[in-house]
Amino acid sequence: MTSPLARTLVVLPALNEEGSVGDVVREVFAKLPGVQCLVVDDGSTDATASVALQAGAAVASLPFNLGVGGAMRVGFKYAIEHGFHNVVQVDSDGQHDPAGVAALVEALERSDLVMGARFAGEGDYTVKGPRRWAMVVLSTILSRLARTKLTDTTSGFRASGPRAVALFSDHYPAEYLGDTIESLVIAARSGLRIEQVPVAMRPRAAGQPSQNPFKAAAYLGRACLALVFALMRPPIALKESLEVGP
Amino acid sequence: MSIASYVLGVIAALITLGVVIEMLRRRQLRERHAVWWLIAGTLALIIGVFPPVLAWSAHLVGVEVPTNLVFFVSIAILFLVSIQHSAELTVLETKTRVLAEEAALQKLRMQELERRIRHMEAPSND
Repeated sequence: MTSPLARTLVVLPALNEEGSVGDVVREVFAKLPGVQCLVVDDGSTDATASVALQAGAAVASLPFNLGVGGAMRVGFKYAIEHGFHNVVQVDSDGQHDPAGVAALVEALERSDLVMGARFAGEGDYTVKGPRRWAMVVLSTILSRLARTKLTDTTSGFRASGPRAVALFSDHYPAEYLGDTIESLVIAARSGLRIEQVPVAMRPRAAGQPSQNPFKAAAYLGRACLALVFALMRPPIALKESLEVGP
Repeated sequence: MSIASYVLGVIAALITLGVVIEMLRRRQLRERHAVWWLIAGTLALIIGVFPPVLAWSAHLVGVEVPTNLVFFVSIAILFLVSIQHSAELTVLETKTRVLAEEAALQKLRMQELERRIRHMEAPSND
């Protein structure tokens, strides 16, 4: 019986993160013994790929930028091909503490998709104004859909169990906001169990998220549109053969 | 209607049809993309050769000014062609994205194999 971490692939989508990706990879290996790490270089123009390779990660380089959704699809396909049961997505800017991965993977014992949530008690991450309202609207609707309480639906810190990996390797959305909002809708409607686990977030190494009210309003609009389109699409049936590799 | 405008209408329709058919012949245009242009060219040719057909069909659908029927049908055809192009673009983008994903995975796999081969060859070099 191998430990769950040995069957877990940590995927780091990275776009021009040469400054932080090396440290994140080293931290993943230090804090999570036995885990494998795949950096998906999403068409970076800097040294992201070579920095990640030197840090000891496997690196898949996309020929051009596909967005987080496209990068994660590569991660899910790699996981299927190499027999990993679980995939954990971690941001390569150092915002997510790799120590939190263990808690997410543990929660996969009972759920198919585990969200690392920023507002669920731990950490000191706060957002104000229209951006906050957008998150409240999204979390209310998506919580009802997922039949569980979700407070941070746009979190990029999430773990997928075997059933979610099988579903996402074929159907992970690649559009803008699709990787966060639509993927939750797809998972919920395919009958996956979704759960949220509180995680601490670190402030980003450089820059603060934009608090411009117009940008926040545009974000709210696009997010709601993404949600409406996701709900309009036909649900995807989950494949019954869920045996994943050795 | 003067003889000159009659000739202009017929020639314009014939040129349109000629260009589409020639492009089809040279395989620069696939059938499913040419269908709308063939329909538009044929309609234009019919109305060019028999102008009363336009007045008759406008009367049939209750359009008072026959020219407005021409504009309506033209816009409708252009609209359908645009939608078809948007849909084709979406399909092509999806295919390109999947190819990019596959390319990234193949490259990674090749690097891994090359690394293993170097590893195997290194000790046997003595």
